[in-house]
Amino acid sequence: MSATGIGASVRRVEDQRFITGRGQYTDDIKRPYETHACFVRSPHAHATIKGIDKKKAEKMPGVLAILTGEDIAADKLGDLFCGWMVLSKDGSQMKNGSHPALAKGKVRYVGDHVAVVIAETLDQAKDAAAEVNVSYGTLPAVADLSKARDANAAQLHDNAPKNTVYEWVIGEADAVDAAIKQAKHVTKLTFVNNRLIPNAIEPRAAIGEYEPGTDSYTLWSTSQNPHVLRLGLSAFIGLAPEHKFRVISPDVGGGFGSKIFIYPEETVCVWASKKVGRPVRWTAERSESFQADAHGRDHITTVELALDGNNKMTALRVKTLANLGAYLSTFSSAVPTFLYAPLLSGQYAIPSIYCEVDGVYTNTAPVDAYRGAGRPEACYVIERVVEVAARELNMDPADLRKKNFVREFPYQTPVASQYDAGDYQASLDKAMQIADYKNFGKRKQESERKGKLRGIGFSAYIEACGVAPSNLAGALGCGVGLWESADIAVTPTGMVEVLTGSHSHGQGHETTFAQLVSDKLGIPMDHVAVVHGDTDKVQFGMGTYGSRSGAVGMSAISMALDKVIHKGKQVAAHVLEAADADIEFKNGKFTVAGTDKSAAFGEIALAAYVAHKFPTAHIEPGLKEHAFYDPTNFTFPAGTHIAEVEIDPDTGVTDIVNWVAVDDFGTVINPMIVEGQVHGGVAQGIGQALLENCVYDKDGQLLTGSYMDYTMPRADNLPSFKVDYTTTKCPSNPLGMKGCGEAGAIAAPVALMNAITNAVGHEDVAMPATSKTVWHAIQKARPAMRRAAE
Amino acid sequence: MPTVAMKVNGRSVSVEVQPHTLLVQALREKLRLTGTHVGCDTSQCGACVVHVNGRAIKSCTMLAMQAEGADVTTIEGLASNGKLHPMQDAFRENHGLQCGFCTPGMIMSAVDMVKRKGNDLDEHTIREELEGNLCRCTGYHNIVKAIAAGAKSMKGARA
Repeated sequence: MSATGIGASVRRVEDQRFITGRGQYTDDIKRPYETHACFVRSPHAHATIKGIDKKKAEKMPGVLAILTGEDIAADKLGDLFCGWMVLSKDGSQMKNGSHPALAKGKVRYVGDHVAVVIAETLDQAKDAAAEVNVSYGTLPAVADLSKARDANAAQLHDNAPKNTVYEWVIGEADAVDAAIKQAKHVTKLTFVNNRLIPNAIEPRAAIGEYEPGTDSYTLWSTSQNPHVLRLGLSAFIGLAPEHKFRVISPDVGGGFGSKIFIYPEETVCVWASKKVGRPVRWTAERSESFQADAHGRDHITTVELALDGNNKMTALRVKTLANLGAYLSTFSSAVPTFLYAPLLSGQYAIPSIYCEVDGVYTNTAPVDAYRGAGRPEACYVIERVVEVAARELNMDPADLRKKNFVREFPYQTPVASQYDAGDYQASLDKAMQIADYKNFGKRKQESERKGKLRGIGFSAYIEACGVAPSNLAGALGCGVGLWESADIAVTPTGMVEVLTGSHSHGQGHETTFAQLVSDKLGIPMDHVAVVHGDTDKVQFGMGTYGSRSGAVGMSAISMALDKVIHKGKQVAAHVLEAADADIEFKNGKFTVAGTDKSAAFGEIALAAYVAHKFPTAHIEPGLKEHAFYDPTNFTFPAGTHIAEVEIDPDTGVTDIVNWVAVDDFGTVINPMIVEGQVHGGVAQGIGQALLENCVYDKDGQLLTGSYMDYTMPRADNLPSFKVDYTTTKCPSNPLGMKGCGEAGAIAAPVALMNAITNAVGHEDVAMPATSKTVWHAIQKARPAMRRAAE
Repeated sequence: MPTVAMKVNGRSVSVEVQPHTLLVQALREKLRLTGTHVGCDTSQCGACVVHVNGRAIKSCTMLAMQAEGADVTTIEGLASNGKLHPMQDAFRENHGLQCGFCTPGMIMSAVDMVKRKGNDLDEHTIREELEGNLCRCTGYHNIVKAIAAGAKSMKGARA
């Protein structure tokens, strides 16, 4: 391994601009004669729009246009859409409620988009927006997921009776029923996976610009996937044909899924730029991010785990009610179905599994993928019920897991996933060793002497990422393929431009992708430039989410590099006057086998472009190769996290005293970057379990509407983390990579809740486990704990 | 329109602002110093931290006109003669950033932290002192490492 090759913790290339304040985020970009958009948003969770009076606002200083849903309809724009068709158990299609970029007739959540004011300055736009007089007919609202299907609940969409989007199932109901009836032991739990708001620190932003001279558009957007955004805005919403439409995602300050989707604001900025004849820009204020970014999670689940007399798991039955919000966001339908249930087997060999998921509408913001997207929810279900089962059976939770691990691969689960390779006991053992599990009892006694409670909790997670094989995605209802593209353009002087369909919004691709190229071509890293995020520069790509840029994005690069090397050998054969078959390529040099005749990569690159030395009728000049890589399977990162907590029983405050993460990510390109991903993911997972909660009141008013109310994890809420690895290479892609971006957020919440409930001696503790929640649980547990002590 | 005269990154400037223009808006829009970022609207996130007369200030919570006559340093003014400040170096060396959006505010807060708390900062102190800076990407682990390392290398070097 070289200092800059695969496996090296190379310091990041992109840091230079970020640490000096020279990043170019969307809001940093200024366009000539630009105008400012301010959205008029619904203050009601559910209401008809009786009328919009723009007269006063239109006359205010600097106002150039005020546009509404009527204008959208008059221009025949298509609706925002959901790209993944999910079928109910009766075969019917999901009930997709109409979702225009500006509301038509009705608003369905607080923050819903009613009108846009475009003015010379932002202040003028905001002042005028406050004077747009919308007359609402308020309707009863249903914000509580558990009430969305009540007979008397407010109906959001005419085509979705009982607010039901779908009733989806997977697995074998009868086999599971039988196994549960015959079980020696059944553990049953009901819990909520609490609703979260992604809150990337950079708010969403967009600049739409129309150029009449070429009848073409440019959109700068904080998108994780500029080509997909362009495709959606072009083919579905009909703003412009793709070839007249440039979408640029410049530096983006975090996404976590929330910046995947096609939103009303960027749609409107592009559309309005032609109407006002000038660029239209918008940047979310944080309160808008709270109201109108896609939210995450929000499930109510009941799970039953059946075990036989030997403590072997025999069946799992899961019923989930999933909140999809007021409209179906771009990938929303897949998150609580295909990205959720196929992970319910966890790391265990469970013969029968059955899962029902009912997705429903409520008068809340649309819910879609947020770091982990369905897998944190699944991991919580299986790892929580397994931990509780162990406690009910008086078994060490590690032992119950070891007894039931999948040990032979490939392993076909009853919920579609086929696990390719893994060694779950290796990561569990390593985590237990690093966490000094065997001495937990001593530490617990020590805590008790100080009057504190101490607990330890496991999360033996597995997840499915590296989305996804295109045929399979299509068969499951996805509207697009999930391959990735790469173009390796070598220049005459031997420099390399990597055009990748992936997008980096914090993941360090400019460094890791360059490491791969440097490693494979044997050239210095600073001879490599990674180009991403511009549809004018880069071929169609699917973007970055679902922990796919390593497994899928880098596999495409690897394939293209192989083609470059192959072509290079053909050119080298002529330059070195040898047969093709005698040319070897190693450490950046083309060599004639068995001789000392060689040419450096740069020399052959120049020769390819000068094209003097080879028959160009047979070998084309130039050195530029592309690849589209389609995964053959999902990848399955897995591992064990162990959380240890100390709780003050007088206050309910939880102190995380140790966190161990042992992950199997297959091949790791840059350990420093991978650990950073684990840290960040675990922090978000701890945030979910301990601090964060998106709360609407019964009328659909968003109570947690700012950083004052929504508890973001801060440095003093979190410990430092111990991160280590075990490795089984992924057999399904050329690099053996599994991906690492979401694993921390998937594993962490249940590890923490298992630790807290262990400390408290009471299982019914809801996320977030605030000091108040924990304190109440301690009071409930006290009588039982006293009895146990007696 | 009123003007405010101040020194920014060592340069005297005179900027036209409205009375209600925030310092961060004046820096970003009038002086095109876009390294200082806006991440929230309730003064929690810290992406806007700059130094005013030697103190870390949230520039979203200060009116531009309040900076009349002040000495302002933004992230762009931290490096000197093309050489990075030790705290900037420490952030890169320790992978204390991912998307980079909170980073300017983090670095400015960190430099101020060292001024107030000294060059030997323990983990507990750093974590407490970062209460006013949110990061969503890093989980703070490497930011804490970076600040501890940067603090040490600031010893002897210019503050």
